[in-house]
This record gives sequence, C-alpha cells and structure tokens, in this order.
Amino acid sequence: MIALTDIEMSFGELAVLKSVSLRIAEGSVTALIGPSGSGKSTLLRCVNLLEIPQAGALAIGEDRVTFAPGKRPERDAILRVRRQTGMVFQNFQLFPHRTALGNVMESLVAVLKWPEGKARARSLELLDKVGLADKAEAWPAQLSGGQQQRVAIARALAPAPKVLLCDEPTSALDPELAVEVVEVIAQLAREGTTMLMATHDLRLAANIAGEVAFLDGGHILETGPARALFAAPVQERTRQFISSLLTQ
Amino acid sequence: MNGSRAVPYWLELMLNSAAPLLWAALVFTVPLTLLSFALGLTLGFVVALIRLFGPKPLVAVMRFYVWIIRGTPLLVQLFLIFYGLPSIGIVLDAFPAALIGFTLNVGAYTSEIVRAVIGSIPNGQWEASYSIGMTWQQALRRTILPQALRVAVPPLSNSFISLVKDTSLAAAVTVPELFQAAQRIVATSYEPLIIYIEAALIYLALSSVLSALQVRLERHFSRYGGFVKASS
Ligand SMILES: Nc1ncnc2c1ncn2[C@@H]1O[C@H](COP(=O)(O)OP(=O)(O)OP(=O)(O)O)[C@@H](O)[C@H]1O
Ligand SMILES: [Mg+2]
Repeated sequence: MIALTDIEMSFGELAVLKSVSLRIAEGSVTALIGPSGSGKSTLLRCVNLLEIPQAGALAIGEDRVTFAPGKRPERDAILRVRRQTGMVFQNFQLFPHRTALGNVMESLVAVLKWPEGKARARSLELLDKVGLADKAEAWPAQLSGGQQQRVAIARALAPAPKVLLCDEPTSALDPELAVEVVEVIAQLAREGTTMLMATHDLRLAANIAGEVAFLDGGHILETGPARALFAAPVQERTRQFISSLLTQ
Repeated sequence: MNGSRAVPYWLELMLNSAAPLLWAALVFTVPLTLLSFALGLTLGFVVALIRLFGPKPLVAVMRFYVWIIRGTPLLVQLFLIFYGLPSIGIVLDAFPAALIGFTLNVGAYTSEIVRAVIGSIPNGQWEASYSIGMTWQQALRRTILPQALRVAVPPLSNSFISLVKDTSLAAAVTVPELFQAAQRIVATSYEPLIIYIEAALIYLALSSVLSALQVRLERHFSRYGGFVKASS
C-alpha cells in the first residue's frame, strides 16, 4: 500500500498542496482528476520525490519518509522511494541517445546492476508486452509519439516498481495514437499493476481506474470508486468539474 | 653546376627546411597542443560543473578566473607566466610555462562551452533519470553528458583548431616550436615569403586533420537521429 499523509507542498509563497492525504491499495488504479493548476502533477511528483514536500509523510511498502520544512530526506531514503516508483511523463522523456531497448534496460543495468543478458531478456519481454518487440533497436526519434510513450511505460516498469505514476500519459498524443497507450494501460490494470494517474482523459479515468480522487485548489475534495463518483458525485464542485469533462 | 635547375629554387628551399620545420611541429607544436587541450578540457569540465552545481563562493572564484582569462590577451598571459613570474621567485622553463598558459586559456573557454551544453539538456532528462532511480552522478554520466557531448563537438573542435594555431604564440616565450623554427630559417635564408608559407601549410595540414576528426565524431553522434521533440 502507498499512503500519503497530510502532504504540504509549496513553491515559495505559492501553496500548491494543502494537507493532502491519499491511500492507494495494492493492485488498484487511481485516477487523479481536477482542473488545470490544481496540483495533480505536483502530487505525483511528490510520490517519487521529484518534489520534496515541506510537511507530511509518505509510506511505500516498508519505507516511510517524513517531511519537515527546510529538511531534505536522506539521499538513500529518496533513492529507495524512487526505486519503488515508476514515472510516465506527459512528454515521454525517453533518452534520445539510447535505443528503445536501451531505454528499458537502463535502470536494470545502471541502477540495479543486473548482468547485461538478464536485463536484455526482461526488457525485451516488457517491449513485447507494450507491443513493440519489433522496435527494440529503433531510436526514439524514429518512433511515433504513441510508440515513444509505450517505450516509456516499459522503461518505468522495468525495475518492477510498487506503483506506476502516470502524468497525463495520453494528453500529448493525437487521439488515434492515444488509443494504443490507453490499451496498454488497460492491460496493465487488468494484470493488477498499481497505478496513480493524473488525467483529463475520460477513457482512463472512467473506464480503467477503479478509484478516483478529485483535486481542487490543493485539496482532495472527494475520493471514491470511479463508478460511484462519476455517477453521483457528493460535492457540487466535483459535479461541475465532471460535467465540464463530459462536454469537452 | 650551371644551366637549368632540375628543381626550382623555392621548392629546393622548402624541401631543405621541411625537416627542421616538421621536427619542430612534431616535438613541440603537436605535444603542446595535445597536452594543453587534454588538461584544459579537464579543467574546463571541472570549472563548468562547479559553476553549474557548486557552492556560491567557489562559483564566484570560477567566474573570476574565466573573466580574467577571456578578458586579457593570450600573449600577455604567456609573458606574465614566463617573464613575469620569475620576479616573485617562480621560474619556469619555456615549455611548461607555455603549457600552463595554454591550459588555463583552454580551460576558461571550454568551461563556457561545457556549461552551455550541459545547461541545454532539458530538465526532463534529469527527472527521467531520477525517476528510474539514478543518483545525480549516474544521471550526469549516463544521460546528460552523452547528449551534451554531441552538442559540444562543433564548439570544442573550434577551440581545438584555434589552439593549434595559437601555439605559434609560444615562439614569443622561446619555445622552439614550428613558428620559431621558421623564424630561425628565415634569419639565415632571408626568404620570409617562402618559409612562412611553408610553416602556414604545416599549420593548415594539422588543423585539417582535426577538422576531419570533427566530421567523423559528428557522424558518430548523429547516428541516433534528431533529438526527441518534447511535445506540449
Ligand atoms: N516548479 C514549480 N515552481 C513554481 N510553481 C510551480 C512549479 N510547479 C508547479 N507550480 C505551480 O503549482 C500549481 C500546480 O501545478 P501542477 O502542475 O501540479 O498542476 P496540474 O494539476 O498538474 O495542472 P495541469 O492539469 O495543467 O497539468 C500551479 O499553479 C503551478 O504554476
Ligand atoms: Mg499537470
């Protein structure tokens, strides 16, 4: 289980997350929805400590990190958290100087120090899983956006993270290309991959996610099972936001 | 011997002076260039890392160093090291003095190049590296530097080629390198046009080798195509 407790995060004077708490059960898929600027990306980035919150606590598996203003957690604690979380970025961020296979192998070879052959075998399996076995030797620049994002998913999954964080994984893609990424994420969800994803994409939020959290102005206003929350939101703000998604 | 010459005079002169000129190039110009570029690039790399990631006071020291070197003539720097330092008890042989001067010079200019190319790699590449569990050092070594190096090849090649030619300034601090060897031959042959053209041709050959090397490096680095455009 992953637990965020009373997370506070500000950039200078700007408080972006105000006492955010969130629990993610193993094997569940949680969609993080909310208006632009509500702090979705920031919240995801706090889970793998690309941003260090000023207060609160983060628990992943056995590890627990607590935050205090002006105090950076120990380097090893940060690395332990990062090695248990995978991140899929909105704009892919593949390593352009490595092939698709090289991208996926990178964490296994460089971080986990796996032998080359074992890393290659696992990476090829993952590329196969995202439907790109035939693109193993391609450079990122030779791949379409959808293909790049699928390689990025394989790269994030390589070290077998406890949770996959996805920040609007489809929003940089044309609708046709988004479909192939949605399908890969749906498949991962069926296999029981724990995921937390920020998204405006209703296919992801309503069809794939089991849980939804609605973030507004740095607060989580409402959480619940996706069906229930989309069908009958409790809060007026949530209802408004969901209807705005539907009319897009 | 009288009558027509088998070899024209200018060519004969060039052939006769080729050996001492090439020898001076081989023994002084080339080693001075290679050594000061290797040391200077190392220095420039360290200076760039300090300026990008180091503590404030050290950053200020490095900025001061770059400011001084870039703002004063190389010839003046060489004179200060070779003729000036003995006044405060530091006496250096000509070659080490020149080597120090060129290294400091290369260090300042390449530090600016390295700083710029590292800074030009999008922040997302650092974050992607961190997100798969890399440390700062791993991200720098495995993700940032390989990409930065590719961008750095043309400007670094420029510095390298400039350096080959700049080593001729070492003649002024008594290093018997290619240009000084040429001056000596001129002093006895009184043929400045022919001898200096010959020296120029040797410099041209040396820098052409470096240009060819640059082309090969650029080809090597272009194998992975264009950078991935970050879509928004
Ligand atoms: N590095 C930063 N420095 C300063 N302010 C930041 C930084 N990152 C985010 N912010 C601010 O934090 C707020 C929340 O940003 P965030 O990117 O988390 O929103 P979001 O919900 O992901 O929005 P979107 O749907 O547009 O992606 C915004 O006001 C943003 O300007
Ligand atoms: Mg965002």
